[in-house]
Amino acid sequence: MEGVTKQKGDEEGWSMVIKPQKSLLDVDLKEIWRYRDLWSLFVKRDLITQYKQTILGPLWYLVQPIMTTIMYMVVFGGIAGISTDGLPQALFYLSGICMWQYFSECLNKTSSTFVSNAGVFGKVYFPRLVVPLSTVTSNLVRFGIQFVLFVIVYLYYIIFTDASVMPNIYALLLPLLVVMLAGLGLGFGILFSSMTTKYRDLTLLLGFFVHLWMYATPVIYPLSVITNEKLRFVMSLNPLTSIMEAFKYGMLGTGSFSWMGLGYSFVFMTVLLIVGIMVFNRVQRSFMDTV
Amino acid sequence: MSTAIEFNHISKQYRLGFVSAKTLSSDLNRWWQMNVLRKEDPYLKVGETNDRTKKALSDFVWALRDVDFKVEQGDVVGIIGKNGAGKSTLLKLLSRVTTPTTGTIRAKGRIASLLEVGTGFHSELTGRENIYMNGAILGMSKQEINRKLDEIVDFSGCERYIDTPVKRYSSGMMVRLGFAVAAHLDPEILVVDEVLAVGDAEFQKKAIGKMQDVSKGEGRTVLFVSHNMASVKALCSRGVLLENGSVKYMGGIKETVDYYIGEGGSSENQYFEDLSKAPGNDVIRIKSFEILPGKSQANIDIESGIKFRLKFMCYKADAMLDVNMHVKTVDDISVFKMSRMFGEVGKKDSKVGLYTMDFELKPYTINAGKYKAEFVFGENQRYVVYSGFEQYFEVENTQTDMGFNQGVVPGMLRFNNNDVVIQYEG
Repeated sequence: MEGVTKQKGDEEGWSMVIKPQKSLLDVDLKEIWRYRDLWSLFVKRDLITQYKQTILGPLWYLVQPIMTTIMYMVVFGGIAGISTDGLPQALFYLSGICMWQYFSECLNKTSSTFVSNAGVFGKVYFPRLVVPLSTVTSNLVRFGIQFVLFVIVYLYYIIFTDASVMPNIYALLLPLLVVMLAGLGLGFGILFSSMTTKYRDLTLLLGFFVHLWMYATPVIYPLSVITNEKLRFVMSLNPLTSIMEAFKYGMLGTGSFSWMGLGYSFVFMTVLLIVGIMVFNRVQRSFMDTV
Repeated sequence: MSTAIEFNHISKQYRLGFVSAKTLSSDLNRWWQMNVLRKEDPYLKVGETNDRTKKALSDFVWALRDVDFKVEQGDVVGIIGKNGAGKSTLLKLLSRVTTPTTGTIRAKGRIASLLEVGTGFHSELTGRENIYMNGAILGMSKQEINRKLDEIVDFSGCERYIDTPVKRYSSGMMVRLGFAVAAHLDPEILVVDEVLAVGDAEFQKKAIGKMQDVSKGEGRTVLFVSHNMASVKALCSRGVLLENGSVKYMGGIKETVDYYIGEGGSSENQYFEDLSKAPGNDVIRIKSFEILPGKSQANIDIESGIKFRLKFMCYKADAMLDVNMHVKTVDDISVFKMSRMFGEVGKKDSKVGLYTMDFELKPYTINAGKYKAEFVFGENQRYVVYSGFEQYFEVENTQTDMGFNQGVVPGMLRFNNNDVVIQYEG
């Protein structure tokens, strides 16, 4: 009797069992929570090291959107003469840039998770998902700073000009919109990073792909300029379309808002994240052999 | 005593060669063969052992093959074997960097691996920031590091530079800091791979001391991989000898090391009739290596002198190639190293064909004992074109210059006692 219980205890006494491939759905979220300190340290590292030994430091976070806005104002607003739905150009472009940049940065940075961390991943174990999660978090800080810039420009237009910009109740959706951008960026990013460990071609494709994607999203133009019904339907398949439009609708009062579109984006994000995490989880266990 | 780690029929398969270039096509091919034609995996040739020196028959190789052993709690196990025997793969599996192809590993308690210390150090961050970073990567919480920070800084001996970015550190300081963090992790199982190769003597002593504390005082389990037989013997209580991915011998550390040395040490001269199976690669292939006594006598001893004769094929023309023979003791302490260009010094004039290298050690040079000769072939005095060929040999003791019976005198070198001039001055 004693022997039996002892053996049972022995069997359960193992704190770690390393097996060949685990099942796809076996994601240890508790483990990620246990490594939350690492998560916050990675965020800190990203923020500290990015602008170390630069003169402007974190001000670079502002230079980029300002320059891009000016460029868009000249090229798209001035030369091409694309409508901004009657909004001040600066405000219209800046809002698009802030939101789009957050998404594209999340996607770009997380897509190189495996390849650029191969050195560390090759030596110690920790839940690999911590790395892309911290990338998304540190980009949130960057987004925050850029959003403050947006708010300043925004207040300027409300107080000092008679431009017809007014926030409405839908502006309260902002946190949800940001979370959705993060989720989509993270989902696509980890899916990409899992595939790039084997097929490096994808890395070359991604930059190009993201660039094209921006033009397929209402960033530099409002959705209202698309009058072709078919094209409009195709655009509504882009999960970012409704997020962008909802942001502009809530903050600036123009554009289109639909719960349907937002719901679609949310479901899209959820499915993408689940698939992404599954694939990522599968790859992380053996990617050192293929990277 | 209970089992701390259990390796249960572990195998690990790797793909040889250039992985990324061919994967998409070979993946498609495999999918086609397996799922459509219902054949076996065309890339999986089971049963081929991993012998580095032999040409592979398939693109896949078993880095570990059915490794099965247990480690008791509190044991300090030395894992030894030649390059490519599977030592590091075993530790990689244990530290969960990669997964086994088949089999399971079970372990009790936290595992800390020092596969390479200073993992995750970011050169722009200060020493202090990197302690937190590295500690967190190894699985420590913030409070845990806070609690041990002073101890870690003290152990590393880098207090003065703790707020300096580590890019200004010397490599030795990096290792100290990295080891200091890892040593304070308080793991139940510690995995160490050749870390002691770096750092100065004082720090090595400290590190070895810490490892001994961990294993003896605190009853923790340590797995130690090293080529340095002296430190393996000093630190470990048990040994596992790996060869071509399988466990060749297991037992007390002394027996294991003796088995390993004895096995390689059978100083039979090596001849390779079949060049395709000879050690080497596309540039160099070893044909034969002989170690013979200099005088016409049966044994190599202190006063026989030693003749080394290496015959090898060279397949690269018009290159500046050189051959290096490095003689070491079995404890990996360097005795001497010889280098020679294939042709004239500084000229790219190597020829395709057979070369013979001869070198003779005069009588009364190295002391009695076991040695190994390692060969490295280089190009332009910078690049290694081939390395990995080695041969153990033994020099026997003689006492003719002593006049009476005596054991081996201390020292790595051995001169003729008759060369000591002694005169009676009255």
